[in-house]
Amino acid sequence: MSTPHPAIRVTGLRKAYGKKLVLDGIDLEVPAGTIFALLGPNGAGKTTTVQILSTLIDADAGDIRIDGRDPARDPDAVRDAIGVTGQFSAVDNLLTGEENLKLMADLRHLDRAAGRRRVAELLDRFDLVEAARKPVVTYSGGMRRRLDLAMTLVGSPRVIFLDEPTSGLDPRSRRTMWQVIRDLVGGGVTIFLTTQYLEEADQLADRIALLDHGRLVAEGTPDELKRRIPGGHVQLRFTDPTGLDLAARMFGDGSRDDDALTLRIPNDGRVRSLRTLLGRLDDASIEVEELSVHTPDLDDVFLTLTGQPHKERATVR
Amino acid sequence: MSSATYAVRDSTTMLRRNLRRMQRYPSMTLMLIGMPVVLLLLFVYVFGGTMGAGLGGVSGGRADYANYITPGVLLITIAGVVQGTAISVAMDMTEGIIARFRTMAIFRPAVLTGHVVGSMIQTLLALLVVTGVALLVGFRPTATPIEWLAALGILAAITFAVIWFSVACGLVSKTVETASNLPMPLILLPFLGSGFVPTDSMPAAVRWFAEYQPFTPVMETLRGLLLGTGIGNSAGLAIAWSVVITVACYLWARKLYNRDPSR
Repeated sequence: MSTPHPAIRVTGLRKAYGKKLVLDGIDLEVPAGTIFALLGPNGAGKTTTVQILSTLIDADAGDIRIDGRDPARDPDAVRDAIGVTGQFSAVDNLLTGEENLKLMADLRHLDRAAGRRRVAELLDRFDLVEAARKPVVTYSGGMRRRLDLAMTLVGSPRVIFLDEPTSGLDPRSRRTMWQVIRDLVGGGVTIFLTTQYLEEADQLADRIALLDHGRLVAEGTPDELKRRIPGGHVQLRFTDPTGLDLAARMFGDGSRDDDALTLRIPNDGRVRSLRTLLGRLDDASIEVEELSVHTPDLDDVFLTLTGQPHKERATVR
Repeated sequence: MSSATYAVRDSTTMLRRNLRRMQRYPSMTLMLIGMPVVLLLLFVYVFGGTMGAGLGGVSGGRADYANYITPGVLLITIAGVVQGTAISVAMDMTEGIIARFRTMAIFRPAVLTGHVVGSMIQTLLALLVVTGVALLVGFRPTATPIEWLAALGILAAITFAVIWFSVACGLVSKTVETASNLPMPLILLPFLGSGFVPTDSMPAAVRWFAEYQPFTPVMETLRGLLLGTGIGNSAGLAIAWSVVITVACYLWARKLYNRDPSR
């Protein structure tokens, strides 16, 4: 196909539940064959976005095209083109892995031989051959996720939605999942994933968008975004409020916690910048009880882009 | 393929899924069938002697009572099995798999028709088992093959209606526990009707309810077809009730199923 239309194009997407505005004018464009990550804390609207784009719920306003089709007017055409792996495992626990995949092949209307071929191929690809005839209840979390994704792939979708594909997985299963996701785009498939982990978005995505309280606060390649993050922070803990006061006045850009007597200052964690920081504290004769260095995480992204750590923001909703 | 072909194909796929799930979870089917069998034995062998004498029949006693209660026990069987329907519908709705089905280009009602047809098969099997046990403990029907067929038709009609009721119960429940409790009162209906004692032995208010509730005409029709007692207008009432319940509960279930799933 030579049509240059993007795999996903969204303009002015809005959704409210009652008086609560969940999505407040989202614009997105995802070129075919790329991985796009929607990054944000709990309650930012990530799952709602996926539910709307995957035809599960209707938008209140906005224009959406998935693989060139409009989910509001022709949901079945969109459903034919997409695959969805939600946050909660969408497998039938009483059936075996193989039966689950066979069920998907039947619902995708593959003929018997093609269905059997596809099921065998996916069992092999997701390392589920041995467990194929065991009921899914006996599967580990990682196996369940792999089966879930395999079920999504039965119909060879062109656009795949993954809602927090690795939440709740142990580090090793998470890495396996990352490799599986990377391999998918090799075949020209487009992936739209949501995550709470900056590292995950960084590892996988060609482009990342940051969602906060239903608005996109930033969008770009991982490198572009990282350039906007100062590179982590150091946390200073003081013995008394006086020390905290003095230091907070000296470093105007920090965020303080009066109960814990700590001050958080953006810092890239390099020896040179730490030395400068310690030098300034020494010059002012401020007593510091403890210093710890933190590498950049989602907190820092939000700290930088919205001026508040996301956890605090999430609780004041 | 046309959309009608897809409708049949997707519904068949879902039916296969439900039958396989029943097969994987046999303890539930056994429990649902076991309950009416236990009630039947209890009523025939424990209460049967005394209750049968109260019927005032020619022979009286246990044998008469086995004949008298079999239609009621058959309805208890139906009410019991459809509790399983509500549970499995609610299980589907509370698990992630329903979201997967909703994001696939399949015939939308297939999920529900799979449950309905699966439960029909399960109920008919249960009715077969319970009728078999009833025959063993003294149920002596006098029906001709045509009357047997008519009885099967009446049972199928009320089963279909009650299944749609419990599908709606399964959809309206937020948890599986609620879903299993909602259709529970159905099991009491044969008792509050002509299932175990004639309604004219009841006090006025209870008797009024017993005579006008949907299960009574069904039991009276079954009694008439299988044992040759008078049917009167019961058959017409039984069919009318089945149709009304089916249509109302089908519309209710459809509305529940099509509502915004995120609420």
